[in-house]
Amino acid sequence: MKFLKTMLRNVRRSPYQALAAILIMMLTFLTISFFVFLLSGSSRVVSFFESKPQVTAFFKNETKQQEIDDVAKKVKSTETVSSVKFVSKQEALKIYTEQNKDDPLLLDLVTADILPASLEVSTYKIEDLAGISKTLKSSPLVSDVIYQKDIISTLVAWTGAVRKIGFALVVVLSLVSLFIMVTIIGIKISQKKEDIEIMKLIGASNWYIRWPFIFEGMFYGVVGALIGWTIATLALWYSTPFLYSFLKGIPIFPIPVDFFFIVLGGELVFAILLGFVSSFMAVLRYLK
Amino acid sequence: MIKLDKVSKKFGTGIFGLSDVTINVDKSEFVFLVGPTGSGKTTIFKLLIRETLPTEGAVTINDWNIIKLPKDKIPHLRKKIGVVFQDLKLLLDRTISENILLPLEVAGVRLEDARKRTDEVLAQVGILEHKEKFPVQLSGGELQRVAIARALVLSPEILLADEPTGNLDPATSWEIVKLLADINEKGTTVIMATHNSDIVKSMDKRVIGLEKGKVVRDDKKKKEDNPPSHKTSSSVKTSEDELKGRGKEENHSAHKVSQEKREEKE
Repeated sequence: MKFLKTMLRNVRRSPYQALAAILIMMLTFLTISFFVFLLSGSSRVVSFFESKPQVTAFFKNETKQQEIDDVAKKVKSTETVSSVKFVSKQEALKIYTEQNKDDPLLLDLVTADILPASLEVSTYKIEDLAGISKTLKSSPLVSDVIYQKDIISTLVAWTGAVRKIGFALVVVLSLVSLFIMVTIIGIKISQKKEDIEIMKLIGASNWYIRWPFIFEGMFYGVVGALIGWTIATLALWYSTPFLYSFLKGIPIFPIPVDFFFIVLGGELVFAILLGFVSSFMAVLRYLK
Repeated sequence: MIKLDKVSKKFGTGIFGLSDVTINVDKSEFVFLVGPTGSGKTTIFKLLIRETLPTEGAVTINDWNIIKLPKDKIPHLRKKIGVVFQDLKLLLDRTISENILLPLEVAGVRLEDARKRTDEVLAQVGILEHKEKFPVQLSGGELQRVAIARALVLSPEILLADEPTGNLDPATSWEIVKLLADINEKGTTVIMATHNSDIVKSMDKRVIGLEKGKVVRDDKKKKEDNPPSHKTSSSVKTSEDELKGRGKEENHSAHKVSQEKREEKE
């Protein structure tokens, strides 16, 4: 308790240094929060697509139901296929209506006739989609085939790149915070050299002198993490309507509240660790 | 209680701060350590709180070998010895009461008890009304009292006062010495370093004289041969009055000189 009191007095009596320390910590944790949100979102998008290895074959308008059933039967007999689902023109319209219920203009323009009937073929493994796609494409009844392999591989590549860049950025920022904190705490120790000397002379142990500085480092970490997390969370909350319409059909939203608190918890642990390590380094360096 | 046995201290520059010093101080004794600047008074204090180590000889306090004291026991030793430093060493960004509270905090005393003890000791040195002020707001004499209060707050067995009257006028100096004498009367061993010969002369206490790091005078033996009667309150009062009177005279003459100078200018 008395260490915390001394720490708070140290913070209060050198506000600019405290501000610098908190800002650099905030920047680090803001970046960490954004990347955590981005990575968790993108990995959910990827896993959504991966969980639905699916080829959709659109039939030409004049195709008869019997012909479609034959194709479906033929595809279903393939070992790699897990399910085949027929989507009629009416069902396609229903899906379209549901997806665009907020936009009456788009609804007015579309009728069941212009939407093609389709077969949604799912495989057990994502690698098997290419073969199925080839088979379907060779059928003269099929006008177009789309499948998510390309989407997934692009997404996986992007997620990988984001992960690497994010990780590098977080490492660099953490190191910058670490060294700035070592410098700030070091300056504070140097400023208090005389006080420290006095405290030693009246019987203070080394750890009695060190603890307030270590708490100070952890305090900057925690405050910086809280501010960084709050800004990132508010930004995500603010952009949710936009992201919701952008990622239509991918069940990411609403993001569970637990997720935010897990991120906060993780960040706080990291902040305390970062603050502890940096002030500990400063204490060892300047308070021998 | 305090024993310096053939202690020498050679500084890095090759100069001897102390050379072959042997001093024994008994429990509840009041000792003046006198000598000019650089005679080794402060070095003796530094040795006693293990701020420095001797080059030769032994230092013991209450059977504690100070030289062999493990590093982690140093804070423990320093809690047993109250020190009034020459430059006071008060924390300027803390209030008077926070300054006094510090040794208690360091010793792990409960805050409530520590506050009570702080008030007690501030009342004892007569500056309780200044407890919420900062050191810069106090006069030299008051600051000296703060330093004494901080040295006393843990009820140490030994009180070391390094030139506690150094920058004070004679009247205030006398008050400080009287305070130290009162503390000594309650059983605390007091060693006071000074070069104020008026104070030393007017108090009937043991005097150890140092010069160039050597003991040149220790009147303990003399006292033991011919023990003086304890100074009564009235004799203390007389000395106090003498000093105060002298202080006033000095002030008066200084005032007179400046007045004359002013007149000359005009």
